Amino acid sequence: MRPGFLAKNPSVIWFLLILAIFTLVITLLSHAYGPGVISTSMVKTLGKTLCLCLIAIAMDLVWGYTGILSLGHFAFFGLGGYMIGMWLMYERTRDIVLKSASDFPMTPHELQDAIGSQIFGVVGSSKLPAIWHFAGSLPMQLLFVVLVPGLLALVFGWLAFRSRVAGVYLSILTQAMTLALSLYLFQNESGLRGNNGLSGLQNIPGLSADQDHSSVWFLWASACALALGYVLAAAIVSGKFGSVMRGIRDDEARVRFLGYPVEGFKLFVFTLTAVIAAIAGALYYPQAGIINPGEMAPIASIYLAVWVAIGGRGRLYGAVMGAFFVSIVSSWFTGGRVPDVPLGFYTIKWVDWWQVLLGLSFVLVTLLAPKGLSGLVELIAGLRPPRRGGAPLGPDAGSLQEEEARE
Amino acid sequence: MNIGAGSGTLLEVSGISVSFDGFKAINNLSFNIGPAELRAVIGPNGAGKTTFMDIVTGKTRPDEGTVLWGPMSANLLRRNEAQIARAGIGRKFQRPTVFEDQSVTDNLMMALKAARSPWRVLFWRAGGKDDARVAEIAAQVGLADQLPRKAGELSHGQKQWLEIGMLLAQEPKLLLVDEPAAGMTLAEREATTALLVDLARTRAVVVVEHDMEFVRRLNCRVTVLHEGSVLAEGSLDHVTADQKVIEVYLGR
Repeated sequence: MRPGFLAKNPSVIWFLLILAIFTLVITLLSHAYGPGVISTSMVKTLGKTLCLCLIAIAMDLVWGYTGILSLGHFAFFGLGGYMIGMWLMYERTRDIVLKSASDFPMTPHELQDAIGSQIFGVVGSSKLPAIWHFAGSLPMQLLFVVLVPGLLALVFGWLAFRSRVAGVYLSILTQAMTLALSLYLFQNESGLRGNNGLSGLQNIPGLSADQDHSSVWFLWASACALALGYVLAAAIVSGKFGSVMRGIRDDEARVRFLGYPVEGFKLFVFTLTAVIAAIAGALYYPQAGIINPGEMAPIASIYLAVWVAIGGRGRLYGAVMGAFFVSIVSSWFTGGRVPDVPLGFYTIKWVDWWQVLLGLSFVLVTLLAPKGLSGLVELIAGLRPPRRGGAPLGPDAGSLQEEEARE
Repeated sequence: MNIGAGSGTLLEVSGISVSFDGFKAINNLSFNIGPAELRAVIGPNGAGKTTFMDIVTGKTRPDEGTVLWGPMSANLLRRNEAQIARAGIGRKFQRPTVFEDQSVTDNLMMALKAARSPWRVLFWRAGGKDDARVAEIAAQVGLADQLPRKAGELSHGQKQWLEIGMLLAQEPKLLLVDEPAAGMTLAEREATTALLVDLARTRAVVVVEHDMEFVRRLNCRVTVLHEGSVLAEGSLDHVTADQKVIEVYLGR
């Protein structure tokens, strides 16, 4: 009698199908597994874009469904990247040090010092900071990818939600958090190489494959993570938990009077999405090759909100579409390959003007098409869900319009 | 003074006062209700009816006084809204507040008595018993054929009924109902009266109401509030004969 998971989430099948076809086509056109129509750098860009789609899903869960406008999720994304970056950089440096000193057997202590001066010479230090203690262990650093951003989100969220900070104040607080974190990481004393960040992350230690191949593997890894993230998010929002999330978004006080611990739910969603963001970041930065504190600047998290708004919040595929579309168009515009528009008195250089265009489209979407790009999908699919609020469907007209309004 | 609600009392509010910016909204108010009792609370605007409900449900903290609950005389003032709701106090607001973006079924499922912690909710799946219970409640409030509709599309009266249905689904021991008849047709009012009287057989029901005709039909004990404290209490005929009540409320 009750519809199954897929019946309740018709978008899941479509999404997985499109994602699989997309990844397969890219693979078959890549340098490594096909004629090389798509360059390796393009494969990396697309792989990174899939990671951005994953963090957009996290943002949609926390903002579109629960109504918490977090402007700090890129901090978790960046932290995830740093955690995996530490292992990548440590292991690669260790390999290099061992190779160059192959004739002389080194004591573990000497090895440690050599790695330390290799990595931290750039910031005038030669000792590995304490936070690099586990950098040689992949399982530990993978655990940290989840634990460090998860704990930060848990503590921050607990403090913020417990004192019932909500709305724009919470947004400001999350901005402050990401700003503080990025400023902290900019310092050389932070133990993560200050503004140099971590680099050379595209070289995977112990992997003999070239970039052509590894970029495709990372594309698949990103696609799998995105698929899992989508299914997980769909499962969460389609059940009673999703009902409570939307309830909190629409009328927090009412949910409290139903007996639900609203703060606990918010904290749960905030922490879970922080972990999703961190996993996305851990897959993104090995493809980007470099991470520095600039990546966690407050503006990045604001972009995230813009993607989700343009894609259409409160719809998982909307978030994915927004992130994909905007970041692809963005990399096209900022790539410098779009011809300038000479107006005679002024030349529009898209590298600069793209931001204006993005801002303008954000304003227009917010004002004119609140459903964003996902409104197009609903138009095509013929799904015409009833308008929220529903007030215009009065008692008399309601009986007539009910059939149209029903999905 | 009798400390602790005895076996005959479900909720014991004693000596509560609260002021907002110097204005005393509630002034040394005391109120008791038994486990299966229907009570109407009336009073002019600003008498403190809504503030009283806010205090009992944990939305507002009183400056002084105690609110004790149940046979164990648990102190409600140390609990938050969600904990009080879980203890068994349900509230219906004056303006119907349902989740308009969600279906009638989802609204009722959310209200259904079940575990409320995030982990338990995450892994909760509706079983056949839950479906049957939702259908039963929907039938009880006349929304059986509206289950798949979005709550936002319902008429004002239907939203009132849905909220009452959500209240039933919570299975509270005490219902606080704020102006249930507002925006209802005559027939709906009669149905509401019958439902409230029926509910009060097994649990405590407090009805805050303006409409004297409606209160008369409830045929129950009446508490008259004025300027944040109890002015009179007793049967409707008793309080309407009270000189003070006539002066401040009925005589105007």
